[in-house]
Amino acid sequence: MSAAQETLIIEAGRTERHYWQDLWRYRELFYFLAWRDILVRYKQTVIGLAWSLLRPFLTMLVFTLVFSKLAKLPSENVPYPILVFAALLPWQFFANAFTEAGNSLISNANMISKVYFPRLIVPASAVIVSFVDFLISGIILVGLMVWYGFLPDWHILLLPVFILIAFAAAMGAGLWIAALNVKYRDFRYIIPFVVQFGLYVSPVGFSSNIVPDEWRLLYSINPMVGVIDGFRWSIMGGNAHLYWPGFVLSIGLVVVMLITGVIYFRKTEKTFADVI
Amino acid sequence: MSSVITVESLSKKYVLSHQSQERYTSLRDVMANSVKKFARKLQHPAATLGNDPTHEEFWALKDINFEIQQGDRVGIIGRNGAGKSTLLKILSRITEPTSGKIQIRGRVSSLLEVGTGFHPELTGRENIFLNGAILGMSKVEIARKFDEIVAFAEVEKFLDTPVKRYSSGMYVRLAFAVAANLEPEILIVDEVLAVGDQQFQKKCLGKMEEVGKQGRTVIFVSHSMPTVTSLCDKAILLDAGKIVKIGPTSEVVMHYYTSGQASPASADFSAKHVGDGKVRLLKGEIKNSRGEIALEAKIDEPIMVEMTFEVIEDSAVVLVPNFHFYTANGECAFISHDTKMQHLSAGKYVSNCTIPGNFLNEGSYFIGLAMSSFSPATAVHFYEKSCLSFNVIDPHEGIITRPSHSTPIPGVVRPYLAWKLEAVSQ
Repeated sequence: MSAAQETLIIEAGRTERHYWQDLWRYRELFYFLAWRDILVRYKQTVIGLAWSLLRPFLTMLVFTLVFSKLAKLPSENVPYPILVFAALLPWQFFANAFTEAGNSLISNANMISKVYFPRLIVPASAVIVSFVDFLISGIILVGLMVWYGFLPDWHILLLPVFILIAFAAAMGAGLWIAALNVKYRDFRYIIPFVVQFGLYVSPVGFSSNIVPDEWRLLYSINPMVGVIDGFRWSIMGGNAHLYWPGFVLSIGLVVVMLITGVIYFRKTEKTFADVI
Repeated sequence: MSSVITVESLSKKYVLSHQSQERYTSLRDVMANSVKKFARKLQHPAATLGNDPTHEEFWALKDINFEIQQGDRVGIIGRNGAGKSTLLKILSRITEPTSGKIQIRGRVSSLLEVGTGFHPELTGRENIFLNGAILGMSKVEIARKFDEIVAFAEVEKFLDTPVKRYSSGMYVRLAFAVAANLEPEILIVDEVLAVGDQQFQKKCLGKMEEVGKQGRTVIFVSHSMPTVTSLCDKAILLDAGKIVKIGPTSEVVMHYYTSGQASPASADFSAKHVGDGKVRLLKGEIKNSRGEIALEAKIDEPIMVEMTFEVIEDSAVVLVPNFHFYTANGECAFISHDTKMQHLSAGKYVSNCTIPGNFLNEGSYFIGLAMSSFSPATAVHFYEKSCLSFNVIDPHEGIITRPSHSTPIPGVVRPYLAWKLEAVSQ
């Protein structure tokens, strides 16, 4: 109760200077919301956390069977399951984060219309939840490497960078879809479609090297191509070569998506409580 | 003076859409509408697009100005749709104003609902942490207050039970307990006290009063006038998005009840010819013990109701002046009439009745003025229903007919009776 109290000014159309400060002040809420979602998800389930291992594992089995054994696609000198799983990890992270973030504002509508906090926290914690899943399913990759006696080289040290890029892609897309979904509920139907569609147009079950060279750049318009290629490059080491022009394009698009996502989200955020 | 909240020409507009069946916009409609608008623009380039018949503007708040000082306890009252909730939502930054400016000094906590963010699958313990974080408390702060919250909510035994198995009372108690242990400089509370059992409500009110006494600022929205009167020292009356009255609580509450009629403590009928030709009502007044016209009286003070009337011709019947007292809920509290009945000759008279102190309970009362006669047949010469009103307030001082820190005691009367306590054996 001193004169040193901060003064808050609420005004129409004001881009709050306090916003990023508030985001920092509410940093624990990121953690609590993510913690809640993780806790709640496996309540009343029999095998609990095992679900986040089982699902990617089974997907990996099917992909290996279909693309390697039936379609006889090249494996780039690494065991095919590792090739698949190195891509499945970032893809599932992206797909889960996209779905969860997209629906996060709607499913927390009650909170949004009753309490103030920077709204960015809601889709962001949804992404964090998917990130935890990502880390857990990472165990399978380690298991596969041990099983096949596959040793990664120095490229693996750059994995955190690619994880960061995957995070940026998931966050950018998540923010866009979350903000749009509040106003236009059509996006409820678009989300599962994008996830399903994306699985086929992204190089998850196969290496992107099977795409003819003249199409590679065009193919890289899908930002997930760059993300997945980056993962493979760092996990499979010298066995995978990176197509740099495409990679740069993909990463550029990820950055654009993230920045525009934040801008659009911040712009529409103020009306969330009115339209939700 | 240190005003902690300054609101300047605040307005909030909503656009009502009459067309869409669902409460949210769909992309298809947006696209279809913009094509339609574009086509219309092509056909009539000069036409303004502002008068879209499917969209109507609605000003939930229009040009609101007020200031709140440090330590004020302010009640916001008004009918449904007056804009109270919108005002709270803007103050707590949930939604943005359309125009205008607000300056707030200090940390604000708003409580528009109890248990926001509670998750039914989580245990009581987990929900305390979650809810605290949502309300802006840090983990350390919550951990420090944890025992206090649990004790306040009285749910010690069920801390590790998912709240979906809680009774609704337990749920609400836990939710309020978290919120009540916030330590903001400014507390904004919507009608959340209307929950839980009597005893718990009492506890909540006590807590709110405590917050106010610590010099913190409280903004409280409620429909319960007795609660507002006992909790707040200032009030703001909103109607249709505008401030109708702002000032001491009892005046504002009175204004609310009488819907803005001029001075409800006195009413002049001399120009209106109220009466049946035999008697005519001229004036009605409420006076305090000092003989001044007054809107309110403390609970231990007497209050006088006075009626001036004119007997036009020497009356053949016995005229009985009588007053009808109604509570704010429209219940008849009692009817009182003059016991000394007499034939009156033509002329003006003043009829006066004193209600003793320590008789009526706190609250608002409405008085109807009437003149009747009962022989040869019952006749009503005039009856002005609820034309006067006054407030009985309990300032929590002097003669204590209710322990402080408690909710209003129900009942129309609250007499000060003789009590005796004797030890029968020791």
